[in-house]
Amino acid sequence: MTPTGALLTAGALRKTYGATLALDGADFGIHPGEVVAVMGPSGSGKSTLLHCLAGIVRPDSGEVRYRGRELSAMSDAERSALRRSDFGFVFQFGQLVPELTCVENVALPLRLSGVKRREAEARSTEWLDRLEVSDVAGKRPGEVSGGQGQRVAVARSLVTGPRVLFADEPTGALDSLNGERVMQLLTEAARDSRTAVVLVTHEPRVAAYSDREVVVRDGVARDMAGVA
Amino acid sequence: MSIGHTLLGLLESGPRHGYDLKRAFDERFGHDKPLHYGQVYSTMSRLLKNGLVEVDGIEPGGGPERKRYAITDAGVTDVETWLAQPEKPEPYLQSTLYTKVVLSLLTGRNAADLLDGQRAEHLRLMRELTRRKAGGDLADQLICDHALFHLEADLRWLEMTAARLDRLASEVRS
Repeated sequence: MTPTGALLTAGALRKTYGATLALDGADFGIHPGEVVAVMGPSGSGKSTLLHCLAGIVRPDSGEVRYRGRELSAMSDAERSALRRSDFGFVFQFGQLVPELTCVENVALPLRLSGVKRREAEARSTEWLDRLEVSDVAGKRPGEVSGGQGQRVAVARSLVTGPRVLFADEPTGALDSLNGERVMQLLTEAARDSRTAVVLVTHEPRVAAYSDREVVVRDGVARDMAGVA
Repeated sequence: MSIGHTLLGLLESGPRHGYDLKRAFDERFGHDKPLHYGQVYSTMSRLLKNGLVEVDGIEPGGGPERKRYAITDAGVTDVETWLAQPEKPEPYLQSTLYTKVVLSLLTGRNAADLLDGQRAEHLRLMRELTRRKAGGDLADQLICDHALFHLEADLRWLEMTAARLDRLASEVRS
């Protein structure tokens, strides 16, 4: 699928790990500001698809294009730079650096791209506020609850203003109420800033925050827009 | 939902006219399905006959909507008993979806497509309820959550069934 105006597309992706076929001709496309849920049973290839889309894993064949550029044609350094400048990531567990305070954690990607400390922390404080966790700014990750920690991680993933946010089971470790609030804040923030969100989840109530779903089964991704 | 008990419960805070009862019901519980006036009057006349409410006054002007109803002691006891009685859990053992899946397999049709289509339809409604929840008050959120959890249960069943389609196919065809 290469819809016009798509920000990120993938075509005919194949990826094997040893004898295991993780992706078997997967297609995908996402537009700016769109939230797409990637669903499917465990082991269906959801996370592999996300890793290929984000340029973390190189597919055996097929192509991933970001703003018209083929990811596999880039050098490792170029891809790393792209991930830092244009992509954001949020995962299920353990993403925060335990030695840093929450505000320092959020500021980290800005600091790595050369933003001065004061400005980085000011912008980070705004994001913590937006995610309703400004009160934990000075605490270390070990001192905050799982829900607060995950909001800090979401703030960190959005602080650089990424064009694409990759979220792999972002609420998997949270209770329903916290998980839903995180999803609400995450999708609101992403839509406001026209960030596209690739949301891997096996939870239907999390997927309900998306605009459409792509179902991965046996390594094949099926876009469900227009089905039923 | 027992409309009779709900109207009785609404009367516990004080006497109300028929139209006022309908409005109170619709505001709190009738989001998708407001009561018809006819339902209110037939319910009230039944409650009246059973001694659970009494007519507290009639406004001039005539018409059934002018009656003001008050709950009786027997009515209060009735509400109390109803509230204390746990609702019977819905067993959902006669699922149309299950029937459709089995029939698809029996007739050699593609049951996986059927399940995919159903998932898309369920998610469509879940998105709608999720949006309504985001813009709603606490009552809206609770009402939508109840529906969302049930839809989610259906979806989990769809996924489990999708994962076991091959086995089910060989069983129904044997």
